[in-house]
Amino acid sequence: MTAPGSALKIPGRGMLEQTGKLFALGLDVIRGSFQRPFQAREFIQQAWFIAGVSILPAMLVAIPFGAVVSLQLGSLVSQLGAQSFTGAASVLAIIQQASPIVVALIVAGAAGSAICADIGARTIREEIDAMEVLGVSAVQRLVVPRVLACMLVALLLNGVVSVVGVLGGYFFNVVLQGGTPGAYLASFSALAQLPDLWISEIKAVLFGFMAGVVACYRGLHPPPGPKGVGDAVNQSVVITFLLLFFVNFILTAVYLTVVPPKTG
Amino acid sequence: MGAEVVVEGLTKSFGSTNIWRDVTLSLPPGEVSAMLGPSGTGKSVFLKSMIGLLKPDSGKCVINGVDIVQCSERELYETRKLFGVLFQDGALFGSMNLFDNVAFPLREHTKKSESEIKRIVLEKLEMTGLKGAETKLPGEISGGMRKRAGLARALVLDPEIILCDEPDSGLDPVRTAYLSQLLIDLNAQIDATILVVTHNINLARTLPDNLGMLFRKELVMFGPREVLLTSDEPVVEQFLNGKRIGPIGMSEEKDSAQLAQEQAMLEAGHHHGGTEDVRGVVPQIQPTPGLPERQGDRRRKDRVMQMMHTLPAPAQEAIIDSLTPEEQRHYGVRPRSLVGAGRSGASGNPGSAGNTLPLDTSDAQRGQLPADEVASLPQQDWNAQTQRMQHRRDVPPGQGGVQ
Repeated sequence: MTAPGSALKIPGRGMLEQTGKLFALGLDVIRGSFQRPFQAREFIQQAWFIAGVSILPAMLVAIPFGAVVSLQLGSLVSQLGAQSFTGAASVLAIIQQASPIVVALIVAGAAGSAICADIGARTIREEIDAMEVLGVSAVQRLVVPRVLACMLVALLLNGVVSVVGVLGGYFFNVVLQGGTPGAYLASFSALAQLPDLWISEIKAVLFGFMAGVVACYRGLHPPPGPKGVGDAVNQSVVITFLLLFFVNFILTAVYLTVVPPKTG
Repeated sequence: MGAEVVVEGLTKSFGSTNIWRDVTLSLPPGEVSAMLGPSGTGKSVFLKSMIGLLKPDSGKCVINGVDIVQCSERELYETRKLFGVLFQDGALFGSMNLFDNVAFPLREHTKKSESEIKRIVLEKLEMTGLKGAETKLPGEISGGMRKRAGLARALVLDPEIILCDEPDSGLDPVRTAYLSQLLIDLNAQIDATILVVTHNINLARTLPDNLGMLFRKELVMFGPREVLLTSDEPVVEQFLNGKRIGPIGMSEEKDSAQLAQEQAMLEAGHHHGGTEDVRGVVPQIQPTPGLPERQGDRRRKDRVMQMMHTLPAPAQEAIIDSLTPEEQRHYGVRPRSLVGAGRSGASGNPGSAGNTLPLDTSDAQRGQLPADEVASLPQQDWNAQTQRMQHRRDVPPGQGGVQ
């Protein structure tokens, strides 16, 4: 008598299974977000916590990031003789690419790891089982508020990082590279348009969702033992990063095809 | 009245490792049952499969008409509200204090006011001897206290079915005795079906109405307590006496060479390792005086008397002895020494022993409840399992098919 499934040994089967379960959890979270009762208290607590751990690192990363983009683009653009467009280029780069990525890295690294460790510890201590047995869905009670909190904080943080990044870029371009403030500001609207901001926020929300779901998924299914929780945290951050850059690539490709560039 | 749990043909594997297969039993409503078994035979897995935390490969587990294995998620969560589960370590929520832990199910599932919640929670905490500790966090208290707090939380919704995963582990003998008394008192008060998973022999001998045992990936036996306590099945006997001599080894089972070696050592005067000989049926724990009579106990008597003719002779004897003279008259049985009646062979064939029932079947009144209120085991013929074990025992492991 062999157990069903044990006879089939297809390479990559485990990976496909995990991927399927991850997506299933993602769907459960989406469904759970619209189900009552909504765990408002948990949501606010988590959002506060995530914001607390990610605002400062996000800003500290945003300043040098904006500076690097600005310096790199500045020198490149000036070689091409288009100094007046430095501002436009760095704003586009920061808002569309740098800011959502920075936000996602910080949310996954600071908040996702904490969420994964928290849920993982609860799992191995059978707290999740106990909760399920008390007739309370762990997805509804714990995962949904955490994922929604990740999304909200990512959305808000994206604004902060964009502003700080652009200010940092401005500072380095104007003060260090001798750019003209007026040209920098004026070129903002030359190439940038409103949809750029939309896609930036959409990316941030999506990345926040991914970071939350991956962290919770790895937390709910950790390898056995206390070390397993450590491994799960590690994996959750790595998986989020991999997914992040892949999804970013897809979104960027789609956006550039769908939204026509603004011609100055 | 507690809900009945009917388990049919349940089989569970992790990957290619089979944990147990074809487990069939029924927890009679309102009675206390216990599942015994050496460590690592999947007792906890069985418990988790019963509440849908683990998905068995095949089989059914029906509670109030809902099959836990197949039902939808919504039905599963609804059915789980009938359960109160005590996990091995209590499984308290580490971020909440004891009060919030115990209040958690009330806050999630009821619309009770905070003052009412407080009253219920304090009552349950006092019941489990935790009065005054309600503001402590689970990390700040001892394992025994965590266990009792876990029990308080399991009881707070007045469950119909209470499952306890090793309630005695980490508790001293006195607290274990109090816990047993608490479970029996609870059973008398709310008539809940209780299943205790344990390997504490004392608990198994005094607490439950029904006993079952898991070994070698199978349910060896499940039946009225007298059946297991008087059984001469080697596995059961070894386990109940805590001896090294017998089929259970340090790892799952022994080979015949080790068996023979140990038998030789025993004959040479080496001690068998058991603390004392604890054969026989000891009186069951009774509810604290002043509490109502246990309804489950009354139903059990009717049920057991109905299946009396299927039980082996020593069990029959023990059951009849446990009745009061009045009850013996009521059921039309009388105590009789059965020495020699059912012990023809060393292994004893329970089937033939069953025919020597000192029961005047013609006019005996078979219980006082209507037939549909009397619980029925799906496997009345529990002999089938014994005989299967019998067969397995005849063929020693490793030599399958040679004999």
